Amino acid sequence: MLEVRGVDVRLSSRKILDRVSFKIAPGEFTGLIGSNGAGKTTLFRVILGLQSTNAGEVLVAGRPRAARGHQQVGFVPQKFLLDPDLPLRARDLVGLGLDAHRLGVPRPSRARHALVEEILEAVDAGQFADTRVGRLSGGEQQRILIAHALIARPRLLLLDEPLANLDLRSAHEVVALLARIAREQKIAVLISAHEINPLLGVMDRIVYLAAGRAASGTTDEVVRADVLSKLYGHHVDVLNVHGRVLIVAGAGEDTDLAGHEVAFPDTEIVS
Amino acid sequence: MSHFLAPVFAPGFFQSEAVHIALGVGALAAIVTGVVGVFTVMRGQAFAGEAFGDIGTTGGSGAFLIGIGPLWGFVLGNLVAAAAMETVGIQRTRGRDLATGIVLGASIGLAALFLYLTTTEQSTTGATVTILFGSAFTISDSTVPLILLLSLVVLGLILTLYRPLLLATVSPEMAAARGIPVRLVGVLYLLALALAAALAAITIGSILGTALLVGPAASALRMTKRPLMAMLTAAGIGIGAMWLGIVLAYDSYEWPPTGHGWPISFFVVTLVFVLYLLSGLPERRHRRHADDARPASSTFHAVPEGQ
Repeated sequence: MLEVRGVDVRLSSRKILDRVSFKIAPGEFTGLIGSNGAGKTTLFRVILGLQSTNAGEVLVAGRPRAARGHQQVGFVPQKFLLDPDLPLRARDLVGLGLDAHRLGVPRPSRARHALVEEILEAVDAGQFADTRVGRLSGGEQQRILIAHALIARPRLLLLDEPLANLDLRSAHEVVALLARIAREQKIAVLISAHEINPLLGVMDRIVYLAAGRAASGTTDEVVRADVLSKLYGHHVDVLNVHGRVLIVAGAGEDTDLAGHEVAFPDTEIVS
Repeated sequence: MSHFLAPVFAPGFFQSEAVHIALGVGALAAIVTGVVGVFTVMRGQAFAGEAFGDIGTTGGSGAFLIGIGPLWGFVLGNLVAAAAMETVGIQRTRGRDLATGIVLGASIGLAALFLYLTTTEQSTTGATVTILFGSAFTISDSTVPLILLLSLVVLGLILTLYRPLLLATVSPEMAAARGIPVRLVGVLYLLALALAAALAAITIGSILGTALLVGPAASALRMTKRPLMAMLTAAGIGIGAMWLGIVLAYDSYEWPPTGHGWPISFFVVTLVFVLYLLSGLPERRHRRHADDARPASSTFHAVPEGQ
């Protein structure tokens, strides 16, 4: 469904992405894991055709991606603030997902209404469909943005940090929803996160980004001390704690830091 | 009817040619600014509207000085301003407010010179009041076709761009991901805003134009949760304020000091302001309840709202 081949992106001589390659099959749920600044958003922009590359190519459904935008790719951007006074109901934003690229004013039709209803139902958002989007909670907004992306029937769904700023319960619900969508509608889902644990149970595949380089495979293949140490370019340990994973830098040159890390398990990596 | 409404409509109101033009042009300006203004408020670009007011003053006063119609001055001044804003990048970055402020100050300074030269030459202060505060009763009927044309252009532009513009307003990233040329849409919108500000300036003056652009739209946003309905509501509020303002201004010839009518723009702006305050009342109560129910969501505006 998606194939990224040796993508290099340099911005003012700084390497943002360095020979990044991976593949995602239809219906696969893939986590794009990496700390802030690892290149996750840039990679999304490359896949969407909004960022030019210095080398490599991106194939969507076997064909090179379009110059700009792609009807087969749905996108949910990083958390942004919506004005609570925005005169736009949740269902209006979902409807825009269908035809925002067309000119003119939307003509209400029974078919359009039914489609919006169906998608709202699919993301379990029926009960707040008539509320202004700016007044929904973070988790509710996330569902609406997912519905907005899904209504155009994409074959690949990209989500940039959809779990950031969500409480644990909302995050869990959003992940479960996305896993269900991937499975039932055979949509390939690529979801970025800086925290690996909320996605551990549901990921079919992981793409781990560090310093612009990527390692991909199943969780067991990638989340290992030897693989990640090579990726980061220095030693890291992978600790399993009650089914959760901690990735900590250190041991070797900088033992002080390593001890420090364990005390702050939320910090993924500090070199 | 004239007997029954005599206390409201002063003698001669419906016979006056100037009143007909003022009512017609006022309604057109109210519709156009209502439709454009909803996007102006949603995009947090009230400041750009204010900038058009300042630069439009220069254009309008310059036109007066060289003896062409002030509408041409407003339109040309605002188009130049739109081009400058796009070059400076007023739409994308904040941080440029210093440069913008200095340019606007210089522009008003130039307007001061133009108005000084005009008033000393003609030994009247009419130009100053007409440009800054408008005078819908003095619009010549030869300008009406141009006003109608500009209104249709702006309305056509906004309704054509409606869907891409709406998504680009909500989230430029989501719009870009859908293949919408966000920058082009933004430039075309800025063009519509420039022309709408010129239409507002011809009726209630260049520096009060923003009130008509932002006021009814901001009230409408509180009253409805659908964008098209907000546009209709804003246009309705604008027409109501404009027509009531014209009636009151006409009546005010009888008020002290007699023989001099009060400016239309005073009534229009005051009505718009009062309505904005009233539209906030039910909202405030609603929001207190909403805050109890869910964590506070913060308001986000890239630029301060003028009104």
